[in-house]
Amino acid sequence: MNDSRLSEFWQNSLRHRSFVIGLILSFMMLFTGLLSLFWTPFPVELLDIPHKLESSSAKHWLGTDHFGRDVVSMLMVGAWNSMLVSVFAIGFGAGIGIPLGALAAAKRGWVEETVMRFNDFAFAFPALLTAVMLSAVYGPGTMNSVLAIGIFNIPVFARITRGSALSIYKREFILAARTAGKGDVRIAVEHILPNIASVLIVQGTIQFALGILAEAGLSYLGLGTQPPMPSWGKMLSEAQTMMFFAPQLAILPGLAIVFTVLGLNLLGDGLRDILDPRISRLR
Amino acid sequence: MKKILQRYAKFLLIGGSVLIFSGTAFAGKTHLTMGMVLEPPHLDPTAGAAAAIDEVVYANVFEGLTRINQNAEVLPALAESWNISTDGLTYTFKLRNGVKFHDGSAFDSSDVVFSLDRARSEKSTNAQKALFAAIKDVKAQGANKVVVTLKTPTGNFLFNMGWGDAVIVDSASAGSNKSKPVGTGPFTFKRWVKGDRIELTQNANYWGTKPALKSATFKIIPDPAAAVAALMAGDVDAFANFPAPEMAAQFQSDLRFTVKVGSTEGETILSTNNLKKPFDDLRVRQAIAHALNSQEIIDGAMFGFGTPIGTHFAPHHAAYVDLTGTYPHDPEKAKQLLAAAGFPNGFKATIKLPPPSYARRGGEIVASQLAKVGIKLEIIPVQWAQWLDQVFKNKDFDLTIVSHTEPMDIGIYTRPKYYFQYRNPGFNAVIEDLNVTADPKKRYALMGAAQAILAKDAVNGFLFQLAKLGIWNKNVMGLWENSPVQANDLTGVSWNN
Repeated sequence: MNDSRLSEFWQNSLRHRSFVIGLILSFMMLFTGLLSLFWTPFPVELLDIPHKLESSSAKHWLGTDHFGRDVVSMLMVGAWNSMLVSVFAIGFGAGIGIPLGALAAAKRGWVEETVMRFNDFAFAFPALLTAVMLSAVYGPGTMNSVLAIGIFNIPVFARITRGSALSIYKREFILAARTAGKGDVRIAVEHILPNIASVLIVQGTIQFALGILAEAGLSYLGLGTQPPMPSWGKMLSEAQTMMFFAPQLAILPGLAIVFTVLGLNLLGDGLRDILDPRISRLR
Repeated sequence: MKKILQRYAKFLLIGGSVLIFSGTAFAGKTHLTMGMVLEPPHLDPTAGAAAAIDEVVYANVFEGLTRINQNAEVLPALAESWNISTDGLTYTFKLRNGVKFHDGSAFDSSDVVFSLDRARSEKSTNAQKALFAAIKDVKAQGANKVVVTLKTPTGNFLFNMGWGDAVIVDSASAGSNKSKPVGTGPFTFKRWVKGDRIELTQNANYWGTKPALKSATFKIIPDPAAAVAALMAGDVDAFANFPAPEMAAQFQSDLRFTVKVGSTEGETILSTNNLKKPFDDLRVRQAIAHALNSQEIIDGAMFGFGTPIGTHFAPHHAAYVDLTGTYPHDPEKAKQLLAAAGFPNGFKATIKLPPPSYARRGGEIVASQLAKVGIKLEIIPVQWAQWLDQVFKNKDFDLTIVSHTEPMDIGIYTRPKYYFQYRNPGFNAVIEDLNVTADPKKRYALMGAAQAILAKDAVNGFLFQLAKLGIWNKNVMGLWENSPVQANDLTGVSWNN
């Protein structure tokens, strides 16, 4: 993108309200997560039983949980954990799914059939089941949630890559490139991927939101992030039996999940709206 | 907006009246649904150590010669009465007449001989073989009399015969009791929906007073939050051992429920693999003992329910010696001991935690306490079946947390192959001495000595005595408030009309 198009993009974007809100929410999460790497009000491993279940104060802004841990610190580290799991899972899914989709679109025939049927199979297998299976074999852990969510993402990316790539393959400039002697790989990397990048970015954002939700779900069930590492889903499940006298312990991580997923979805929706006309312009 | 509010109010009214009516609808009920956290691995109390087995079948499905009531008193059961010879070596049990097993076969002296011989045989899979160790010989004298000869006088013998592990089984059904228990008790086994519930129905041919309940369901609810919801919604009538102590106050203030805090025989310990390095070093175990802060664990994991212990012995027992001060909480001392043992920077180990909340929560607190002296624990949550297999059977663990709910179970420390693998001939000598001593005063002294050895050897991290937090519908009467043995005795339970 050159400078003028970039500034045009930003101008369009900033007029898009949901994009701006989504961007702000997502940046807040990113910032909190990154900040937790360098600083949290209290260390999250610090159990301080005498000060358990305190309400918010100048010392503990959002109070403490049933082990006397600082809720703000846990939410911050939880943000980072959620992001980390999601990023790796999306990376894993996209890293395998996009090449597979591109291969299917480029080769067609039996290759396409094989790849897409394999995808259907993987798609029919919910992330939760994969995670249960993995944890049964290797024990629960963060790595398993990354793998489970990642596997779930492969067919998502493969499908969208293949679908978008097929429409590009029909275009004349691909024929031109082929006439110029470019091989399949070069065509895919130099012409197909750049032209479907915006679709993939939008999908990636939405999958990221789903990843956060899935990580929270798995940790809630005890299959994801393990103690003593805090995670939003784990905070929710631990707070469940304390709903009657310390509802904030469930509400706060719940709100964190809601706002993060909302932010990422708004961001994805906004990106799609903004990027879509550009795709049509290319046509 | 007003309309919506009105409609909402109506809903609340309807909801409220349903609650009120459902309260009265309980009157005259003859079915009880009891919630349990752990599912029994099988249903044969003579072939497993899991408390969950006895909690379903003891006194309900199976009966022994004697039975224990909730005050730890020995009552006659299948033995109507007994005579003890003056030397304390010969017990003559007079058996009850007209007792039938659930499959219709008659109960007589041959079943007693079979059951006791089976439990103490070489090939026995009984989890409490020590209960039968004193038996020299079991002989039938006619159909209704059994004479048991002991090697040495055993003060506890009648109590021992009241354990779930000593129930009388029929030779024809002994092999299939694991999946289809056949006993002589007031309830017969109906079905077991694995992972969900176990159903019992009243035994129409019961020899004794028929219980008020016509049927009972043991519902397995491993998740504390689900347990709270099930009680609140009335899906479960009672939890004998409620898994969410943080909710006790809430239930106490709720007029629909009775909350009883009683005692159990559950010594909750940080079990340590005594043969595995570095835990084979006494200094390391002492360091762990100094690093632990029991009160903090009770407050954090049990919301204050529990009593600190310093050894493997129930504090409500008359022979209990308070040894909590043997290795007081002292992180500095712990660090010195670790350094002396060759770990100035601590070491890494794992802790496997079974599902009960005392273990899962307690484990997190223990990990944080040990981290302060440099011992970094990796927390591995395991399912109950996995725990029984990996930790209890195959001894594949460093540390774990579990509550030993058998009564007077200090003798487990004499078993060299028991999962924590403690081996001390000096301790074994004391227990052997105890087993042949009848004089109560001397027995107490020996029990005290045994407690002191365990405390000094810091065999395991002695955390606390589990409290029995029972919560049930206020109309349910007759449930045990204390657990002197592992049991949910339903024979005296009824609904208040």
